[in-house]
Amino acid sequence: MRPDDFNFVANLLKERSGLVLTLDKAYLLESRLMPVARKRGLKGLEELVMGLRQRDETLVREATEAMTTNESFFFRDVKPFDQFRDVVLPYMLQARAARKTLRIWSAASSSGQEPYSIAMLLKEQAAKLAGWRVDIVATDISRDILEKARAGVYSQFEVQRGLPIMLLVKYFKKVDDMWQIDPSIRAMVQHRELNLLSDLRGLGQFDVVFCRNVLIYFDQPTKASVLGSVAKTMSEDGVLYLGGAETVLGISDRFRPIPGQRGIYALNGPAGFSLPV
Amino acid sequence: MKSCLIVDDSKVIRMVARKILQDLDFRCEEAADGQVALDACVKSMPDAILLDWNMPVMDGLEFLRQLRGMPGGDKPVVVFCTTENDIEHIQKAIDAGANEYIMKPFDSEILQAKFVQVGLL
Ligand SMILES: C[S@@+](CC[C@H](N)C(=O)[O-])C[C@H]1O[C@@H](n2cnc3c(N)ncnc32)[C@H](O)[C@@H]1O
Repeated sequence: MRPDDFNFVANLLKERSGLVLTLDKAYLLESRLMPVARKRGLKGLEELVMGLRQRDETLVREATEAMTTNESFFFRDVKPFDQFRDVVLPYMLQARAARKTLRIWSAASSSGQEPYSIAMLLKEQAAKLAGWRVDIVATDISRDILEKARAGVYSQFEVQRGLPIMLLVKYFKKVDDMWQIDPSIRAMVQHRELNLLSDLRGLGQFDVVFCRNVLIYFDQPTKASVLGSVAKTMSEDGVLYLGGAETVLGISDRFRPIPGQRGIYALNGPAGFSLPV
Repeated sequence: MKSCLIVDDSKVIRMVARKILQDLDFRCEEAADGQVALDACVKSMPDAILLDWNMPVMDGLEFLRQLRGMPGGDKPVVVFCTTENDIEHIQKAIDAGANEYIMKPFDSEILQAKFVQVGLL
C-alpha cells in the first residue's frame, strides 16, 4: 500500500472508530481489508481505497468493522465477575432497594460473551432479584458482530473459554456442533449498534458499566473523551469495569480506582462508590 | 508445586497435556487407564486429575466414582477431558463428582482457562 493511502485509511479509521493504526500494523490493514474488497468485487486494495476516498458509506462501514478486533470470552479474567457478584451487586441491591431497578451496560460487547456472562450471573442470583427490573444493554460498533451476539450461538471452542461447565449445562443447548444460549438468557440482553465516539446521551443512566478491552485500541485523547462521556451515563455511585490492560490513571480525573480491586473504578465525587468497611 | 495426574490411554494426548501442564508449573504423573490411576491415587493423592472417559480396563467415569468413595478422594480437583461432547455425558460426569469438563480437541488456552476456573491456577 502506498504511504499516502495508508495514512488516508489510518486517519479515516481513527475518525470513525478511534482505532489507532501505526505503520508497523500495515500488514493488518491488508489482511483484513482484502476480504472486504473481494466481497465488493473490487480488484484490490487500491480500488478499495479509491472507494473509501469517495466516502462510499457502506464501504467505509465495512472497512471500519473489518478492522475491529472482536476477541472475547465468557467471564473474561474471572475476578471482575466474582467481584461484581460479591461486592458491587450486594451494594446495588441495597442502594437501589426502594426503586428496584438496576441498569448495566456492556459498552463494547462484541459477540455477546460479556453481556451474557452478566445475564447468567444475575440469573444465578434470581432469588435476590425477585421483583426487580434489570436492564442489560449491550452495544458495539460492528453490525456483523452484533448479529452473532443476538443469535447467541457459539462454537465448542468459544464455550470452553471461561464458561464454567455447570453454566454450560444449565444455559446452553447443543445444536449440531454449536451451542445455543437459552432464550431466557438471550432475552435479558438488549443489543444495539453504538459508536463510543458518538453522543451517548440517549442511553439513559447506568449503575454499572463494563467497558472492557476497547480503550486499548484508542490514543490518549480519545480514551479521555470516551471516559468523559461514559462518566456522564453513570449514576453518582456507579461502577466502571475496564479490561486488564486498561486504566483511568493519567487519563481521566472523572474516575478513581477502588483500592485493592484491579480494573474497577468509581466516579469521583462525595457520593462515589466505595467498598463497605 | 501442585501435582496433576494425567489419565488417558493415548500416549500422544498424555504427552501434549504434560507439556502444557509442566509449563503451568505442575508436577505430572501419567496413567493409561482408570485402574492404574486408582493405584496411583492410593499411593498419593494428586491436587488435580485430568481424566479421559473411554479407556480400557477401567473407564474415566468408573474411576471417578471409585475415587470419590475413597478416603481423601474428595480432595483432587477432577477435570474431565474427552471427545464426548453431549449434555448427557457432561451431566453424568458432574453427577459423579467432576469439577470441570473439557471437550476435545483442547489446546493450552482452554486447559489453562479451565484450571483457572477451578482455582488450580
Ligand atoms: C476485544 S472486543 C472486547 C469485547 C469484550 N468487552 C471483552 O472484554 O471481552 C472489542 C470490541 O470493541 C468494539 N469497538 C471498537 N471500537 C468501537 C467504538 N468506537 N465504539 C463501539 N465499539 C467499538 C469492537 O467492534 C469489538 O467488538
